Amino acid sequence: MININGLAVEPIIGLEIHVQLATRTKMWCGCKRAFGAEPNSRVCPVCLGLPGALPVMNRRAVELAVRTALALNCRTAGFTTWDRKSYYYPDLPKNYQISQYDRPLSYGGVFEFPFANRISRVRIIRAHLEEDAGKNVHDFPGCSAVDLNRAGTPLLEIVSEPELHSADQTREFAVQLHRLVRYLGVSEANMQEGQMRFEPNINLRILKDGEIYTTPIVEVKNLNSFRALHGAVACEITRQVEGWQETGVVATTGNKSNRGWDDEREATVAQREKEEAHDYRYFPDPDLVPLELDEAWVAELKEHMPELPIPRTERFISEYKVPASDAPALVDDRATADLLDQAAEFGGDKSTLAKHFLSFWARHANERGTPIADLGISSKHLAELARLQCEGTINATATAQVADQMIARVAHRFSGGGHESSSESEHPAEAKLSPRAIAEQLGVLQSRDEDQIATWVEQALASNQKAVQDAISNQKKLKAARGFLTGQVMTISGGQADPKMVGALIEEKLAEIGQSKV
Amino acid sequence: MAAVIDEEQVWHIAKLARLNLSDDEVQLFAGQLAEIFAYFRILDTVDTEGVEPLAHALAVTNVLREDEPADSLCSEKALANAPQREQGFFRVPKVLDQGSGT
Amino acid sequence: MLERDVMGKMETATTIAAHVAAGRRKAVAVCHEALGRIEDRDPRFRAFLEVTPDYARPRAARVDADLAAGKPAGPLAGVPLAIKDNICTTFGHTTCGSKILKGYVSPYNATVIDRIEAAGGVLVGKTNLDEFAMGSSNENSAYFPTRNPWNTDCVPGGSSGGSAAAVAAGLVPLALGSDTGGSIRLPAAFCGVVGMKPTYGRVSRYGLVAYGSSLDQIGTLAANVEDAALLLTVISGQDPRDSTSVDHPVPHYCEELRDAKLAGLASGLRIGVPAEYFGAGLESETRAAVEAALDVYRRLGARTVEVTLPHTPYAIATYYLVAVSECSSNLARYDGVHYGHRTAHPRNIIDLYSSSRNEGFGAEVKRRIMLGTFALSAGYHDAYYNKALKVRRLIKDDFDRAFEQCDVLAGPTSPTPAFRFGEKLDNPLAMYLADIYTIALNLAGMPGISIPCGFSETGLPIGLQLMAPVFGETVLLQAARLYERETEWYLRRPPVTS
Repeated sequence: MININGLAVEPIIGLEIHVQLATRTKMWCGCKRAFGAEPNSRVCPVCLGLPGALPVMNRRAVELAVRTALALNCRTAGFTTWDRKSYYYPDLPKNYQISQYDRPLSYGGVFEFPFANRISRVRIIRAHLEEDAGKNVHDFPGCSAVDLNRAGTPLLEIVSEPELHSADQTREFAVQLHRLVRYLGVSEANMQEGQMRFEPNINLRILKDGEIYTTPIVEVKNLNSFRALHGAVACEITRQVEGWQETGVVATTGNKSNRGWDDEREATVAQREKEEAHDYRYFPDPDLVPLELDEAWVAELKEHMPELPIPRTERFISEYKVPASDAPALVDDRATADLLDQAAEFGGDKSTLAKHFLSFWARHANERGTPIADLGISSKHLAELARLQCEGTINATATAQVADQMIARVAHRFSGGGHESSSESEHPAEAKLSPRAIAEQLGVLQSRDEDQIATWVEQALASNQKAVQDAISNQKKLKAARGFLTGQVMTISGGQADPKMVGALIEEKLAEIGQSKV
Repeated sequence: MAAVIDEEQVWHIAKLARLNLSDDEVQLFAGQLAEIFAYFRILDTVDTEGVEPLAHALAVTNVLREDEPADSLCSEKALANAPQREQGFFRVPKVLDQGSGT
Repeated sequence: MLERDVMGKMETATTIAAHVAAGRRKAVAVCHEALGRIEDRDPRFRAFLEVTPDYARPRAARVDADLAAGKPAGPLAGVPLAIKDNICTTFGHTTCGSKILKGYVSPYNATVIDRIEAAGGVLVGKTNLDEFAMGSSNENSAYFPTRNPWNTDCVPGGSSGGSAAAVAAGLVPLALGSDTGGSIRLPAAFCGVVGMKPTYGRVSRYGLVAYGSSLDQIGTLAANVEDAALLLTVISGQDPRDSTSVDHPVPHYCEELRDAKLAGLASGLRIGVPAEYFGAGLESETRAAVEAALDVYRRLGARTVEVTLPHTPYAIATYYLVAVSECSSNLARYDGVHYGHRTAHPRNIIDLYSSSRNEGFGAEVKRRIMLGTFALSAGYHDAYYNKALKVRRLIKDDFDRAFEQCDVLAGPTSPTPAFRFGEKLDNPLAMYLADIYTIALNLAGMPGISIPCGFSETGLPIGLQLMAPVFGETVLLQAARLYERETEWYLRRPPVTS
């Protein structure tokens, strides 16, 4: 319950989400999915709805839908069917949409996400497959124009229970779901291209004088950004309180209405009600046969499920010892998170790796506008760099220098995909990227050769007699003198000497000198 | 199963079916539809308790194609039968809202 | 040579293919003769909506050239065929007998068209039909009615009336039709030819303009059973473009009709005779002809068994509810937006839809769209559409039970021979009731065939219908051929051919 205009108000919000699936081809035909192609160039008799053409189901679309359903903890239907939903619209060439009515592919799920220091738990009513419509374009004077490139794109419709209670929570749900579908690889979910669209339905329970009043449900259509979603919900909450105060109208069957979002005015606006109440006349599509999702198939899809972002965040916090505030930066991009896990498997110290990812690797990625996974550095080399620093072979400054070199050399490497050198013997170009080799070439490897370090120490002591004297004669100056001498050795060695060994040797030498003086 | 098929009902159905029927047609169809649906009520006499609907005589499931691209029509061919076109689009009278909102 | 004579110089498809393959005849010459016959005779009964000589002649030349180049002859080498105009072809137009698709050119071929052409068949034109295959008389064609070659005052039957008349009149030896509730078998019976509806899923529907998608099936119209088998062999088989086509082996149906295969078959054959197909309403001449046919089978040694299909009285209501519901959705796409007729001055998008559709569709199509829209609408869906689906299962169960006792079912194709134009036009329900013997089979998805079994006193053909279980095409054709071998009804041709 929140307080608005002196009233105790509980917003009740459900979401319908449409997600375009990342198949290569459309749902019922072999036309490629395409955004921005020449109008009506990615069409064929099937998606144009030409006389005599028939749909054939895309296996991949089913698999991506099931994968999403599993991630939403939905039950999958053993037997699912296709139905026709009838309505006339120029962007719908058959004037029916193939969808799923009473036997959806999945149902009864739940989506949990952290919000306001608690776990929000929103039940999912169903997630079913359907086809997208084409697009009506309004750029021409005096007419509308229809482009059917999008017609027949596979679409997953996810319907939540009305269990969200604020604009912030609704947006967070959407953000987390967006991350989830990208994580699962089921959708690019590019919001600008309309690959993920939200339709919240919103009403309020208003408590006044011990009575509860429920305002009529409003569905806001086709929201294409988190900002619009948040704005639409926030706007509706205020508007409905004011509306109720003015009119006192409460929800009854049949007074649900649709509104749109005006991006410029940042307000929801009434949509012209259709002159005919919708009667979709659902019935089973006789051109398609039912789909049986047998246990073996579902089990196979389950096996290939990635670790989901929310549990992975928790694991990263505990395993990689990263602060909770930094964890999303490591988890959000699945390939980057996978790369981090792979590097850890190659023996890189986890905490060091995470620090590298959050510091210089993140910087390089930012500069290039890509995720870390696309920098082209293999998990093996990431691990090696972490190991070098951990073992004290190179210091922190040198580590960052080596990383810079790795990035510089990747730019010269053979063009093309894979970050991983899969063969046992390294490709020569890969070998050039080895952090150890780079460190050697840069001369930043820390020397652990005792004779060499002893020589540097002697040089330093010889040319800094004053400091030596201070150290052995004045207990108060010992610490400072030792630090100064260590610094001198590091300078002479060009930073290559292992500071621990230097310290030990200086102590040893000073002791010797002190002894001889006695 | 009582279905009242009067002229008002015929208007409603014609609207749903996007048929701009003339008054004469509405009158004619009201009579014919009423007669035909009265005949269809013969099914009321069949006991279908516990009978599963049969939408398709085929007992086939899971007909799927692989996600492999095939040739599309070029836009010239796609628009070849269009009654009116506008620069590569199908032209229609002004539509007010943004899309069918599937 | 008998057949060549009685068919007005038209040979059977089997003979033509054999001659062309052996180099004794040229496809070009066969095509030329067929086009000549069409030009001569078709104006009298107008089987064709469109004849396409400019497409056919080069195709025939191509068949000859391929053979000359040593390519193997296809099973239909040089055979001229006619195509019902609800099957999409890139040549000519595909109008479905409707004004709404006047001038429509399909950018693709139906799968059956590609298969026929790959087999060497030469397509000569598109035949008339009741608009969108909705009708039993051909009177619902938006262009003109085809006339029955046996009596031009009578209907050829529908909806594949043009294809049936084209074969009956000896214009082409083979034609494709489609059968949703009897649309091949009924015109075959009315025109005295062999009409076969295969099992649902036997032949690809890709490119067949849908009427009732769960019932529609492409089939053959032929002058004899062997030709029907020849064409069926070519067009059968699974198609990756049609989810409802079935992966089931395709036998060489002609081979199954060889005398050696038929030897001894009759004595083991059990022919089910459904009592419900011989009730009141069956005209006496038709009854007599069908009973005489059963006698022929008995004489051959077959056993006839009485069976019952108790839900037959509900078949028409069930069939029409299913068909009109599907049709109301299938025909929603004809809206004047992407193709087809568009009204001249639409006030807005709704008017564009409603006026284009109202102007483009004929009365029967509108009636069925209205019926189907009503049957699927909120509040009536369960009572009508869903109820029909339940009864549909009972009807299919009837057939399954009957086929436990017999190999094929036999009965009349139609209660009467061809009726006169206008006789039932004002009473749609009476027209629907004429489909009584053919529609149940489509609900059950099973194959059936109509073969000539006699003539009325007025000289109109009478059809014997045989039905078989799912994928029982072989026994169906064999049973038909057994009868055909014993009788000469199928050799009779209408006077127009002489």
